[in-house]
Amino acid sequence: MSVASYSYQLQPARVRVEFFRLLPISLFVVAFGAAFGLAATQKGLEPLQAVLMSATVFAGASQFAAVDMWGTEVSVLPMIAVVFAINSRHLLMGASLYPMLREVSPGKRYGLLLLLTDANWAVSAQEYQSGRRNLEVILGGGLALWLAWIIGTGLGVYFGGLLQDPKSLGLDMVLGCFLLAMALGGKKSPRVLVAWTVTALASLAAWKWLPANTHVVVGALAGGAIGFFWLERKPAPASDAEDSTHDR
Amino acid sequence: MTVETTTAGILFLIAIMTAVTLVTRFGGVFIMSFVKINPRIESFINTMASSVLIAIIVPMAVTGDAGALAALTTTAVTMLALRKPLPAIAAGIAAAGIVRFLA
Repeated sequence: MSVASYSYQLQPARVRVEFFRLLPISLFVVAFGAAFGLAATQKGLEPLQAVLMSATVFAGASQFAAVDMWGTEVSVLPMIAVVFAINSRHLLMGASLYPMLREVSPGKRYGLLLLLTDANWAVSAQEYQSGRRNLEVILGGGLALWLAWIIGTGLGVYFGGLLQDPKSLGLDMVLGCFLLAMALGGKKSPRVLVAWTVTALASLAAWKWLPANTHVVVGALAGGAIGFFWLERKPAPASDAEDSTHDR
Repeated sequence: MTVETTTAGILFLIAIMTAVTLVTRFGGVFIMSFVKINPRIESFINTMASSVLIAIIVPMAVTGDAGALAALTTTAVTMLALRKPLPAIAAGIAAAGIVRFLA
């Protein structure tokens, strides 16, 4: 079927609301940006280069990791591998939004993905689970996060770390706590809890035994497999198979 | 292959990082555009979505310091009790700060 009209209309008013909704967490992103800016200049990047990297890459963890590999020379293939591994979660995040994204034109679809990052995705994905379609947060929230990341990097390169030790204030945990709150705010069913258990075990196993930075994708795919094989109950519950396993 | 960190070299490295990250941002949606969505795929996608969050958080909790563990535990308890994200996140961050101050 070739549908020329796309049913999802981005509403400017909602985009604005979502921008302000993610402003509080964006303030924390400024602090991380400052930490990145400081780290980048210490590794020999020019201030504008660090800001440029934040503006175009816009993926904090991978930027820290890449700058960590900086020297007088940088090995390109290992750097690509690290950046790809850390950011490979975007593949799954984008895929999870596909049911909504296919309702907008390809231009808007890939434009929105430019701003895809953990926090705005978590909001959108969680609301989708509750039956609300929200691509506005990807755009509005994404803009807030992107600007905060750039501004933070700028502050870091020109003024050093804003805070001597952001970790002592617990600021390194902002994103983790945010994502956890999003996860727990979503729909919980026995199926989801089983998937999360499998995910937790798989991600820990990957952390321990697989190459670094593969644990998010491995864990999430393991959890997704539970969803693939265990469908949410259909109108007619088919319990025949289960009964036959209980012959004792 | 190595690149010297001259001005041109750094710009080249930033361009590579940007391209690699763009591939990850676009790739999932691009691949999905060839997949026929049926209930099974839909169920896979939906379960995977919240699993991404768990796969980020659990190793963070297990391999992190006492402050990280305190932050995540406090956030979880507060979130389940109040069902409001902002107090839960604030309590978690405060917990990390307190535990690290005491440690």
